[in-house]
Parts: sequence; C-alpha cells; structure tokens
Amino acid sequence: MKRILKNISWRSLRVWQRNYDVYLATWKVNFIPPLLEPFLYLLAFGVGLGQLVNDVTYNSTQISYLKFIGPGLIAVAIMNHGFFETTYASFVRMYYQKTFDAILSTPLTIEDVVFGELLWGATKSLFAGAIMLIVMIFFNLVSFPFSLWVLPVSFIAGMTFSSMGMCFTAIVRNIEMFNFPVFLFITPMFLFSGVFFPLSTLPLWAQYVAWFLPLTFLVSAIRAIALGIFSFNILLQLLVLIFIAFICTLLCLMMMKKRLLK
Amino acid sequence: MLNNINNKIEMVKASKLAKTFYNIIAVNNVNFSVYKQECFGLLGPNGAGKTTTVRMIYCFLEPSGGELIVLGKNVLKNPREIKSCIGVCPQENNLDPDLTVWDNLRVFARYFDIGRNEARARCEELLHFVGLFNKKDSRIDELSGGMKRRLIIARSLINKPNLLIMDEPTTGLDPQGKHQVWETIMQLKGQGTTFVLTTHYMDEAAHLCDRIVIMDKGDIIMEGRPRELVENNIGSNVIEIYSSDSEIENYMKSKNLKYEKTKTHYYIYVKGGEKELTEICERFGSEICSLRMANLEDVFLKSTGRELRE
Ligand SMILES: Nc1ncnc2c1ncn2[C@@H]1O[C@H](COP(=O)(O)OP(=O)(O)OP(=O)(O)O)[C@@H](O)[C@H]1O
Ligand SMILES: [Mg+2]
Repeated sequence: MKRILKNISWRSLRVWQRNYDVYLATWKVNFIPPLLEPFLYLLAFGVGLGQLVNDVTYNSTQISYLKFIGPGLIAVAIMNHGFFETTYASFVRMYYQKTFDAILSTPLTIEDVVFGELLWGATKSLFAGAIMLIVMIFFNLVSFPFSLWVLPVSFIAGMTFSSMGMCFTAIVRNIEMFNFPVFLFITPMFLFSGVFFPLSTLPLWAQYVAWFLPLTFLVSAIRAIALGIFSFNILLQLLVLIFIAFICTLLCLMMMKKRLLK
Repeated sequence: MLNNINNKIEMVKASKLAKTFYNIIAVNNVNFSVYKQECFGLLGPNGAGKTTTVRMIYCFLEPSGGELIVLGKNVLKNPREIKSCIGVCPQENNLDPDLTVWDNLRVFARYFDIGRNEARARCEELLHFVGLFNKKDSRIDELSGGMKRRLIIARSLINKPNLLIMDEPTTGLDPQGKHQVWETIMQLKGQGTTFVLTTHYMDEAAHLCDRIVIMDKGDIIMEGRPRELVENNIGSNVIEIYSSDSEIENYMKSKNLKYEKTKTHYYIYVKGGEKELTEICERFGSEICSLRMANLEDVFLKSTGRELRE
C-alpha cells in the first residue's frame, strides 16, 4: 500500500490536463447535455410526477415534491458523471486508443495515470453537480448561499464513484461488460437510495439494505445541505464516502497495475 | 553512474534478463549491452521476445528475473528518471486520436515538464524535421500510415533523448517512407543518439545497425556485426538452385559443400562460387542456378529455421 501511494505524484495533474484539453476542444458536445439534463429531470419528475404527488415530510416539515427530489437529482448527476467517465470513457482511452500506454513511456507512472483519471472523473462530477445546482438555485429550489457546499461535496463524491468505476474498468474484458455494473449497481442505487421517495416509506429491512448503497449517503448529505439544514450526520455521511473513495482508489490502482503491466 | 568499458559507455546492460507471462517464457535469461552512439538491432521471428525486451528497457514491463540497467539506473528502482531521458517509438501506433497533430506533441511535452514556450519551439522544430508542419492542425485519423509513423518519431524526440527505442519503425511503410525514416535515424545517430531497434527487415538491420542480436523463443542465439555474421556463418556468396533433385544433393555431399535444403530449393554457401556455379550449371542446367551475394537474411533463416512461428 505504501508503495502504491508513493508512486502517485503531482504528475497526475498532467493526465487531468490532457483530459481537460480534450474536453475544451469539444466543449459544445460536452457542455450541452449536462445542461439539458436537469431541465429534463425537473420537467419529468418534478412537474409531471409532482402533479400526482403531495408534499413530502422532510425533517418534520412539509416541502414540495420538487424541492424534495431536486437535491436527489444533483446526487444522481454526480454519481453518473463520475462513474461513466472512469468506466466507458477511461476504457476507450485505455483499450482502444492506447492513451495510457503512450503516457507510460513518459516520466508518469501507472499510478499517476490512473489517479489522474480519477481526478478527472471527480471533476466531471463537480461540473455536473455545479450545473444542476445553478439550475436549482435559478428555480429557487435550494437555499442560497449554504447550498454552495454542494460543490466540494460533488468533488469528494466524484472521487467515490470514479474510483468505484475504475475498479470495474480494471477487470472487464470488453466494453459491453459494463452493462453488468450499470444494471446491478447504478440502476438499483438510482431507484432505492432515497432520490424519489423518503427511505422511511420503505419496510425496515429495505431501509437497512439502502444504507449499504453509497448513493444513499450522498443523497442524504446533499439534501440536507441543499435545503440548508446543517447536522453532524452530514459529516458522518461524508466520512463514509471518503472512506469508500480511499478503499476503491487503492483497489483500482492495484488492479490497473496488474492489468496493464502484468 | 554509467559503466565505462574500454572507453565504450554502456547505455543498456542486461544480465540474465528474464520475463515470464504466467507460464510463457518470453525472454529467457539474456545478456547484452548497448553502447553509446551505436545502433543496436534486435532481430527475431514473431514471438521471439523483441517487444518484451524493449518494453522492459523503457520500464513498461518489470523484469521477472535478472538485472537491467538503463542509463546507469536500475529499471526497478528509478523508472521515472530513466523514462525522462529516453524516447520510445512503440510497435503499435498509440498517438492520441482525441488531439490534433500539434496537440499530440504539445501534450506529450507537458508530460515531460517542458515549459510552454520551449514546448512550442520544440514542437515546431520537430514537425519541420519530420515534414509534417503543414499537417499541424489535422486530426490523427486524417494522416496516412507513414505520416503517423513520422509523427511518433517526432513525439519520441520531444525530450531530446539520449537513447531512442524503436520497435519496428518501418513496418507497413512504402519504400519512400522507409527511406525517410532511415535517413531520420542516420541523422539522429550522427548527432550522437543511441538506438535500440527491432525489425523484421534484414536490409534495414544491415543498413542501420552497428551490432545486432538474433533472438528466437526468448533466447539470444547470435550476436555480432552484420557483416561479420554473414561472413562467419554463410560465407561471401550463395548459389541458389531451384530444384529438389537428390542428384544435386549427392553431388554437393561429394564435394563437401555447405548447403541447406528446402522443399523447392538448395542454397549452397560458398566463398567465391564461380567455379562451383560453372560445374553445377554444366551438370544440371543453367536455368535453375544463380549466384548472389550472401546477406543477413541467409544468416537469419539459417539460425532460426524456416518454419512459421505460432
Ligand atoms: N502481455 C502478454 N501476456 C502474455 N503473453 C505475452 C504478452 N506479451 C507477449 N507475450 C508472449 O511473449 C512472447 C514474446 O512476445 P513479443 O511480443 O516480445 O514478441 P516479438 O519478438 O516482439 O514478436 P513480433 O515480431 O511478432 O512483434 C510471445 O510468445 C507472446 O505471446
Ligand atoms: Mg514485437
């Protein structure tokens, strides 16, 4: 473990910069979909579904359904953008484009490359979280300025989901195999982490199961922050996310090294 | 510290170098040295272990046994330092298709921590050097195979390497492209760069390399200067006979000639050969005989056999 951490250096930023350059070169393609995403979600779930749903009790007060799911949708965007960057996008760079191989003939180590990819995945989460947040602030769905704390949380949780994604990237044999983690992991989290309904409406056993899903911690933390309710639970939930990020980062560094260098 | 043997500085020193993938022995305890300012060639049939060997030199693969010292440093202990002083042209194209020609070089310069202004000057100089300046805003998939190869060479020079590792630099190029690459290599060699080169083209090895080793199934089976290898193993000339007539074989045995037999040909290895040629022509007909100079390909085929490798 010491050896792995020793091999990570500030040079990881070079990989981040490479991805950022590519992102800027195609910024229109990269920028428009995440910007439209919150509008679509809010339209479908908030306005469409919201007509059928009454106010929700949160922290013993009644809030509109739109206000309830808004922060949940921020969390989903953070998860998706981090996870998909280090799965599909990293896999294309690693497997089809041999970008990693090329970088490895420079002073960067494999650990630098993988960690740089994680930082970039987390940055994509941050961008996605930021765009969502701006839209929600615009529609007055979240408290301001306290909800700005969503930004650092986006980056931290971005590391969590990027590093989880990278673990899968280290083991899949072809790109179709990512369907498994998406179907078995991302979709259940999307549905059962308290994004669309309070966890308390679930039977008790299901609630316990839900607290094994990383997204549950993020949804809960972001909802409290966005609605401007500070509690120590937020810190606890963040600690869990940081812990998962740390473990998955170590794991994916080890597995990627094995995959690429044998 | 670089080892200095007989005033020859050792840029690479491999001692009992080995690499195993699960149960495949790709490189089997090989010993060799590469000296400063020479062009060192690694030849061998498919799967001989050439790529594996050079990958260990540029610290992409870790040796599973033995010791490998590059530029005076151990590949296991100081890969970063080694990689910052060498250039690599891999066997497979790995240019960055997400970036333009110019950005491929610029971003690569950044991996080496070359400052912005210096990088700009360097990219410009290198693109002129390989004749791709007019293509600087093109995307990679708009380049021809030869242009990609030249861009990879330019990229490998971005950090002004002392040691340049080229894995099959001219495979797939047309004669023009091949000669351009050769000229580039000669030019760089003139400027004092050391080369480790792998190739399947014997004319390329004979033309460029000061010293070669022939590998087969992970072992080094021959080592020396191309000229000397030909002279010592083959002789100066070869008589090719397009026939598998056993009469001819009996004749050669009676004359104590060195020869090799394939399904369709006899190859006779001779010093001068004019006398033998006349005799064989008289006996068996002149249409089927020809005399030519011996070359590295003869050495290669003789030492590694004529069978295809799986
Ligand atoms: N990553 C790997 N995993 C497993 N086996 C490998 C790997 N890389 C190479 N090998 C095996 O090691 C042996 C040597 O391969 P290598 O690529 O070094 O050959 P080569 O001399 O470069 O051949 P070529 O002329 O075809 O490029 C082969 O048997 C190959 O199958
Ligand atoms: Mg090879």
